Amino acid sequence: MKIVAICGAGIGSSGILKVNAERVLKRLDLDAVVVAADIASLPDVIGTAQIILTSAEFVDAIGKTFADVIVIENYFDTAELTTKLEAALG
Amino acid sequence: MSLPPLPPEAIELGATAADWRAAVRLAGAGLVRSGAALDGYSDEMIRMIDEHGPYVVIAPGLALAHARPGPDVLADGLAIVTLATPVAFGHPHNDPVRVVLGLAIKASDRHLAAVAGLANVFNDSTAIAQLADAKTVDAVRAIMGVDQ
Repeated sequence: MKIVAICGAGIGSSGILKVNAERVLKRLDLDAVVVAADIASLPDVIGTAQIILTSAEFVDAIGKTFADVIVIENYFDTAELTTKLEAALG
Repeated sequence: MSLPPLPPEAIELGATAADWRAAVRLAGAGLVRSGAALDGYSDEMIRMIDEHGPYVVIAPGLALAHARPGPDVLADGLAIVTLATPVAFGHPHNDPVRVVLGLAIKASDRHLAAVAGLANVFNDSTAIAQLADAKTVDAVRAIMGVDQ
């Protein structure tokens, strides 16, 4: 499975989402590749990603996609990430 | 998993900022004092927020100001500004901001190690309040896990 974490610069905040998503996925015993990228390069990296992790600010710019778009409010709250990833992965 | 350098000169406690732009400039000034960035990096960090909105407020009370690696970045670096009066960035959930981090990364292929270090600190949900209440630069560095 592939997950893309999106922010404005492709470093910093999307990197934090990637790091924490990987920690949560490991705890959930789920195998996924998480890629951090800036919003401008989303078309290049999305491929077959099932999930996009991001902030509310980028939802409009992400636009129509087959991936589940998960909006994270607190990037450091691994409980929030766990709940939302589990819900998306059903 | 190590943080970018956070020397004492990159830390400012109890600062006053009229608005979020001023708060981001204070963080940028810390990066300039520590030799991590040039003055123009503040404009870059502000431009990211002008362009994309207040997404840099990534947790309640905490802004992670940053921009892309570029000519205004001289070295990896971290700056921390705590605000005497919290400032609104316009974030729907995480305003107002009490602690502003400034992050400069020289090469994007190294950014994950830097942010993993930040995650290690801030996955402790008490860290932001501890920083906001810190009275000394040494206390800030201790909270961040930086060797004295």
